[in-house]
Amino acid sequence: MSTTHAPIAARTVDLGTPDVRRSWARDVGLVMARELRPVVREPFGLVFGLVQPLVFLGLFGPLLVGSTGGSDAIGPDVWQWFVPAILVMTTLFGTSTTGSNLQFEMQTGAHERLLVTPLARSAQLVGRSLKEMAPVVAQSLLVIAVMLPFGFSVDPVGGPLGLLLLALLGVGLGSLSYALAIAVRKQEWMFWMVQQTVLFPAMILSGMLLPIDAGPRWMQVAASLNPVAYVVDAERALFAGDLGTTALQGFVAALATAAVGLAVGIRTIVRSTD
Amino acid sequence: MIRTRGLTKDFTVCRTQTVHAVRGIDLDVAPGELVAVLGPNGAGKTTTMRMLTSLIRPTAGTAEVAGFDVVRQPAQVRRHIGYVGQGNGAGHQQRAADELTTQGVIYGLDRRAARRRTGELLEALDLTDLSSRKVSDLSGGQRRRLDVALGLVHAPRLLFLDEPSTGLDPHNRANLWEHIVRLRREHAMTLVLTTHYLDEADTMAERVVVVDHGRVIADDTPRALKRDLAGDRVTVQAAASAEAPRLATLVAALPGAREVHVDGATVTARVADGDAAVVELVRGADRAAVDVVGARSTSPTLDDVFLALTGRSLREGPETHDGDRAAGKDAA
Ligand SMILES: Nc1ncnc2c1ncn2[C@@H]1O[C@H](COP(=O)(O)OP(=O)(O)OP(=O)(O)O)[C@@H](O)[C@H]1O
Ligand SMILES: [Mg+2]
Repeated sequence: MSTTHAPIAARTVDLGTPDVRRSWARDVGLVMARELRPVVREPFGLVFGLVQPLVFLGLFGPLLVGSTGGSDAIGPDVWQWFVPAILVMTTLFGTSTTGSNLQFEMQTGAHERLLVTPLARSAQLVGRSLKEMAPVVAQSLLVIAVMLPFGFSVDPVGGPLGLLLLALLGVGLGSLSYALAIAVRKQEWMFWMVQQTVLFPAMILSGMLLPIDAGPRWMQVAASLNPVAYVVDAERALFAGDLGTTALQGFVAALATAAVGLAVGIRTIVRSTD
Repeated sequence: MIRTRGLTKDFTVCRTQTVHAVRGIDLDVAPGELVAVLGPNGAGKTTTMRMLTSLIRPTAGTAEVAGFDVVRQPAQVRRHIGYVGQGNGAGHQQRAADELTTQGVIYGLDRRAARRRTGELLEALDLTDLSSRKVSDLSGGQRRRLDVALGLVHAPRLLFLDEPSTGLDPHNRANLWEHIVRLRREHAMTLVLTTHYLDEADTMAERVVVVDHGRVIADDTPRALKRDLAGDRVTVQAAASAEAPRLATLVAALPGAREVHVDGATVTARVADGDAAVVELVRGADRAAVDVVGARSTSPTLDDVFLALTGRSLREGPETHDGDRAAGKDAA
């Protein structure tokens, strides 16, 4: 062969010290950075995830204004009631489907490659889940920016806290979605079946689109067990500047979701050995 | 470097079906060896590699890789090996150079060193022009080269390559091998690879392990395998079919002659030394006044070895045997 190539054996690789000091936090950071790179490179993809929530805002919002505006459950300003819920909806849609990205990487072999590296497996799950915060916050900011001209107002303290709450919920839902993808890796179609089966009840039983108080008793009970419902209430309170118990309950629900999600996710990835 | 005893993997496909993918493999690989694993589709090559790289847990048996037990010390195993799987290791949404740099950092290089290393590998595998392309936009062969590059980033002491050259054009295959050979020389690297290119295994590997139905059925140097299991083949042609039987007698008398076949005027056989046999035959035929119009000797290939071992050819059409299935109760 006439072409010359650079020597493949690099001086930069020190084979004498294979046992590089590893830190779990560094592993998490690496996984997060890798996951975020395509998002940053092609931010337009984030807009794609906003189509559905914006359709709800554009088509469902006016209906709400017409039919229930001024009712006791919703209050005088429909947007103030509806937009925070749409932010939760965006988070719910975006993060509950994120497992399908992992599913794709499992099919191609990219996930397998990472599993054989020294990256801690738990860090691979946590890194992916924490990355969910970025698109959640970015998409929320976009929705808020779109709705400000319509009179949606953001409390200067409650607003940022609301975003933090969404990010926390995103981590929890994202890790559950990843756990699901890993758990059903042998029957891939199961992923969408389970995701859809859980998604819509979680959405409707959160009081996101219509107040739950109007529903029958069993629905109210179901909603009281749904962490998303607490987050929706908390978001409404936070954006309105109410930092009281409702907001606190939302944080507790989101933290609990994140804790359960990460625990289940880590357990699933660590045990995924066949 | 590697030591397995009775390494076994059963997959439960559904409640009633068990696939015995790997059935008791004993394999020892010394540091610095280059071992090629050959076998038909579904023989259990990938499954074996996935057990050795800690991706899946063996059903039975033990495996020690780089001095560590794959079941009890998987993290240590991972720290000492490299693995290029049969699939595509690079994320499709990522850019080629980014994946390489990330891989370097994962293995402990600082970002600058990882970038330098990325540049070297891209150049080495003819990927420099594609460095900022998205992986999903690469061709199959380009993607494969990137996969191999990912496995080489940290120049591991033990590298597993599952069909590294599949999908590469001849130039890139040669190129890949050039680098594998150099890497080995410079780092005393141990390599275990699978391939369906028999010529590649023949010329590059010092040791060939033939796997079939989840078992090792042969393990030696390509030379020894061909010598012991296949042998040279001679083909001689008499001027007329009537003379073939006499020619066959002469062939049968050659040193190490076996499997003497007569087909019309053509006689074929396996012999110990093909070239010597041709000379000997032509002389003998001359003396016996048999009119020979053609004679040639052919060296055996690894396919002949496989044929001799199993009665099947690796080149023949797809003989689909998805491992051997057994009812669940039999498997237990
Ligand atoms: N995850 C799995 N679940 C069930 N069966 C499996 C699984 N992985 C492999 N098998 C089966 O185990 C057997 C061995 O497969 P393996 O992938 O190891 O073959 P291989 O030698 O690598 O073949 P190829 O040359 O096609 O890559 C096959 O019959 C395959 O169908
Ligand atoms: Mg294979």
